[in-house]
Amino acid sequence: MEARPYYFTGGACISAIISADRLEKRFGTLVAVDRIGFEVRKGEVFGFLGPNGAGKTTTMKMIQCISPRTGGSLAVFGMDVDAHPREIKRQLGVVPQENNLDPDFTVYRNLLVYSRYFGIPRAEADARIEELLEFVQLQEKRDVMIDKLSGGMKRRLILARALVNMPEMLVLDEPTIGLDPQARHIIWEKLKSLQALGKTIVLTTHYLDEAARLCDRLVIMDNAKILVEGNPQDLILEHVGADIVEAEYAPDVVACLQDMDMPFETFGDMVQVFTDSPHEVARTLLETCDPKRVLARPATLEDVFLKLTGRTLRE
Amino acid sequence: MGLRLFFITGYAWKVWRRNLDAFLKTYRVNFLPPFIEPLLYLLALGFGLGTYIEAVDGIPYVRFIAPALISISVMFSAFYECTYSSFVRMYYQKTFDAIIATPISIEEVIAGEILWGATRSLIYASLMLPVLIAFGVVDLPASLLVIPFAFLAGLLFASIAMCFTAITPSIDALNYPSYLFITPMFLFSGTFFPLTILPLPIQYLALGFLPLTHVVGVNRSITLTQFSPMIYVHLGWIAVVTAIFFAIAIRLMRRRLIV
Ligand SMILES: Nc1ncnc2c1ncn2[C@@H]1O[C@H](COP(=O)(O)OP(=O)(O)O)[C@@H](O)[C@H]1O
Ligand SMILES: [Mg+2]
Repeated sequence: MEARPYYFTGGACISAIISADRLEKRFGTLVAVDRIGFEVRKGEVFGFLGPNGAGKTTTMKMIQCISPRTGGSLAVFGMDVDAHPREIKRQLGVVPQENNLDPDFTVYRNLLVYSRYFGIPRAEADARIEELLEFVQLQEKRDVMIDKLSGGMKRRLILARALVNMPEMLVLDEPTIGLDPQARHIIWEKLKSLQALGKTIVLTTHYLDEAARLCDRLVIMDNAKILVEGNPQDLILEHVGADIVEAEYAPDVVACLQDMDMPFETFGDMVQVFTDSPHEVARTLLETCDPKRVLARPATLEDVFLKLTGRTLRE
Repeated sequence: MGLRLFFITGYAWKVWRRNLDAFLKTYRVNFLPPFIEPLLYLLALGFGLGTYIEAVDGIPYVRFIAPALISISVMFSAFYECTYSSFVRMYYQKTFDAIIATPISIEEVIAGEILWGATRSLIYASLMLPVLIAFGVVDLPASLLVIPFAFLAGLLFASIAMCFTAITPSIDALNYPSYLFITPMFLFSGTFFPLTILPLPIQYLALGFLPLTHVVGVNRSITLTQFSPMIYVHLGWIAVVTAIFFAIAIRLMRRRLIV
């Protein structure tokens, strides 16, 4: 393990909970994760943002010690994932992308059976399950079979299940995938309160608002590689600028922008100017280029994402 | 790998316990078949057909087939548990995926599944035995040995079944081992007629490759209290083949699921 295991931040010694260096995963000839490096610090919410097929799930599975890497190094809690899977998994809470609750059991039994896998004594498990059901607001559903739960309830139950062993770190793969806005907000709220309790949280998402809202730091992945890493706000400033001025695409607008030497990008039927002084740019644009419509707005993570990964739709 | 394959830790029993819990939850449907089925066979074959059949090697026909009925039930319960049921848990319910995200390893999951398959054999044998005792077609107290032996025989069939589950592309493809392996065994393992009436090459084939032959051999010795040195051959064969298929099952499953 050659990655630096410790960070000094404001005098406090914060250990790296995960450190990956030139981490690689191949499936035959397909490279799903291509020599990526990252470090997750204690107590932070760390996000993997990327389009489908970017390699997020594959990375999560390697962290969870359920998929062996094919190259590079990966340490979780300072332990190599190949050498100490049992010790690592004991302190990990996992929310998989695909729901895998046990359909043979009720809500309560699901948590009980799962707690047994961790060797938690029955009395302790019972007490903890009560707390967790309350935490995810599923007390009334305790005796309900899994197939009677809504998508949001299933996701919340999986979150409760991931907490049964009081993990040091949570690894969530698309925690809100397929949920309606209300259900997503409940999950976010739960994750925020877990973060406040000092839990380290690693999550993947392809929802940009989710990443911006939750993550202290994130990486943007595409085509098996990490493109950028940083705090969402910093990434926006660095790659796009604070604001964006958009105008409807027209050849004379483009020509006019070129005349003024103003850097711009064309996205579909839009021309975008990334800037730190949106008012000036908007006024200049309006006065000089006579566009149909102009819109000045703060830049978002979505703009960074689209700028870096392009506009092509991926399945 | 190596020795780790055979290292069944307490974790495997947690997987076993999960299956027991699920089984007990639906015990009504689970407990009825083992009563009904042997009863039907016993009535139809033992007392029906049996009245036309002279004693086999000096043994009344119904007493001849009684140990075979238990053996068949032991085979069916472990084999179907570790093929269709395990496949459903593995493929459709993603139960194995959920378990390996905990401190339990895939080897322990598979070991737990096989232990559970064997336990089902034990349960069914224990449910059948009283029926056979009630009809007075098995000896006491020797026949009680059928119960612990059912676990060993169950391990054998469960391990073989798990190998098929590990390589099957779909649940339908599991019909192949069911028809091409289990059904011939059901008929040609000294179950309803003695092996000795078959041509010699087929007898050797049965002894060499049909696990049920050895299981029936042991159970027949037990229920008739007729022990011969042949029982060591049967038990030895079962022990060795179980160990081999147990190891193969774990290896194949690891290859299938850990990618
Ligand atoms: N078990 C597998 N076998 C072969 N290819 C796989 C397997 N799992 C994932 N992949 C491939 O690896 C790439 C990354 O997939 P994944 O990690 O699931 O992406 P994401 O979670 O970012 O959508 C995809 O091209 C996917 O098809
Ligand atoms: Mg994914």
